[in-house]
Amino acid sequence: MTTLFAVANPITGISTMLSNDFMRYAFIAGGAIAVAAGIAGYFLVLRGQVFTGDALGHVAFTGSLAALAFGIDLRTGLFASTIGIAVLLGALGPRGRADDVVIGSVFAWVLGLGVLLLSIFTSSHGGSNGAAGIRILFGSIFGLDAGQVWVAVIVAAGTVLGLLAIARPLLFASVDEAVAEARGVPVRGLGYIFLGLVGVAVAEATQAVGALLILGLLAAPAGAAQHLTNRPYVAMALSAAIALASVWIGLSLSQAIGSWPPSFSILAVATAVYAATIATSPLRARIAERRIPPRGEISGGIGHG
Amino acid sequence: MTANPAFTWNLIEDITQLFEYPFMVNALRAGTLVALVAGLMGWFMVLRRQTFAGHTLAVVSFPGASAAILLGVSASYGYFAFAVGAAIVFAVLAPTGGRGRSEESAIVGTVQAFALALGFLFISLTHRNITGAQSILFGSFLGITTGQVAVLAVSTILVLAVLGLIARPLLFASFDPDVAAARGVPVRLLSVVFLLLLGVTAAEASQITGALLIFALLVLPAATAERLTSRPGLSVLVTVLVALVVTWVSLALSYYNNYPIGFHITSLAFGAYVLASVWQAMARKLDPVVQAR
Repeated sequence: MTTLFAVANPITGISTMLSNDFMRYAFIAGGAIAVAAGIAGYFLVLRGQVFTGDALGHVAFTGSLAALAFGIDLRTGLFASTIGIAVLLGALGPRGRADDVVIGSVFAWVLGLGVLLLSIFTSSHGGSNGAAGIRILFGSIFGLDAGQVWVAVIVAAGTVLGLLAIARPLLFASVDEAVAEARGVPVRGLGYIFLGLVGVAVAEATQAVGALLILGLLAAPAGAAQHLTNRPYVAMALSAAIALASVWIGLSLSQAIGSWPPSFSILAVATAVYAATIATSPLRARIAERRIPPRGEISGGIGHG
Repeated sequence: MTANPAFTWNLIEDITQLFEYPFMVNALRAGTLVALVAGLMGWFMVLRRQTFAGHTLAVVSFPGASAAILLGVSASYGYFAFAVGAAIVFAVLAPTGGRGRSEESAIVGTVQAFALALGFLFISLTHRNITGAQSILFGSFLGITTGQVAVLAVSTILVLAVLGLIARPLLFASFDPDVAAARGVPVRLLSVVFLLLLGVTAAEASQITGALLIFALLVLPAATAERLTSRPGLSVLVTVLVALVVTWVSLALSYYNNYPIGFHITSLAFGAYVLASVWQAMARKLDPVVQAR
């Protein structure tokens, strides 16, 4: 019935929706995570490093399961594994950036370890905890409590501030590594710090959208933003805004359509936005061309005169 | 496992014991086919540095299988439909020029995450227990039927036949796309065909190893060979050999210790890769040409 109200009167619908604690928590934590993922994703896409984000998602899976299997705090396992492997991936390549084949080799094995830990955990805890693996992979944003929300907001804010602090030199290093290095920008060090921050963002996002799906929040909004503008800071803000909108619209969609898991709705919105920007890309290019006085006319005029 | 087999130090007896059960024989046959085709396709994937696309094609078999379960059709259809669909999406959207690399990685990442999300949706809609999802993700070598082995054999032969046909131009196009294009090699078409083959390979292989772990068989043997030799022929041979040995040993290990096969495959293959990397580093250090300087 709430669905009907939401359609009839959006404002009542939204206020009904947000009267639930779990929904409010999901909006706050999900929003904070989305902004961090949007900005981190912008740099990943710019540097062509989205595969690293993919790898770290799989590492987050193994890290969480290791924590569960050995009975330590879940978050400790998550953050330690993603940050650790992120820095390792930086160390395995020149200029703090590893080759795709090296990344693939490392995370294929890490994932195998995750499978072992899953089987150990499932067999030692019986069937009741069998769903833990799936929850880690695909997230449980509606299951957050107040404490987790606070941590999510603080961690996300820290990640965003960290990224903004290194944004200028990182942009330079991403666009033209060789020139940046020649000008004395610490390209390698920046690569490490950046990967570490991505590790933090991935670990935090795992609780919301899941280890496997965080990749979408890193890639899709940033990809869309890159299509819409060429100006780096605008693109960064746009990427964060699209990620935030995807999470909020996705959560509302899941509320309206009960059978859609929130992780799916969020990614469906993000993917739709990106697909729309790709589809309208030729159209926008034509509009942009019209605005500038076309060269053909000028030369044509000279020809006729 | 019903028989509760015990490992003894009499290896011959152990191996005969392995072949006693039909499910184990089928598992070995299927594993051999998968290792062969994944090794060869993986070699080209690594050469072309398309690991991210390969990983994504492997992962889309998860929504494929869960869609098939939801619709009540054979899982094989789902695997193939989604893998081929994703390969076509990459081919159509493959950016040309400009910000190619950056755009490509965003597209591949988005396709992968959305595919996984779709798979999760399908699984939620079926209201089945979660173990179904886990076996799609992590695979199971138990209960492979003779029919499945036959399907695997046919698709392996098809993939290898097409790969054999395009191998030479594909090698050329992979080493130097610009020169190949200038010489009239249809670089773009080759890349589309290769992605389709990779999709089919991932689809057939992930029915055994699971959607998340087929990637290990694609990337690790080829990455190992790359460290050991730069001669293409020898490198292909090493790749296939590593893939086969890893798969066989993993099957035997899983049979005796009951840990998931995915863990054995990834660990053994990664072990080979690390050893090869160490070997490469040492060989460089001991190289007389380098030392003479």
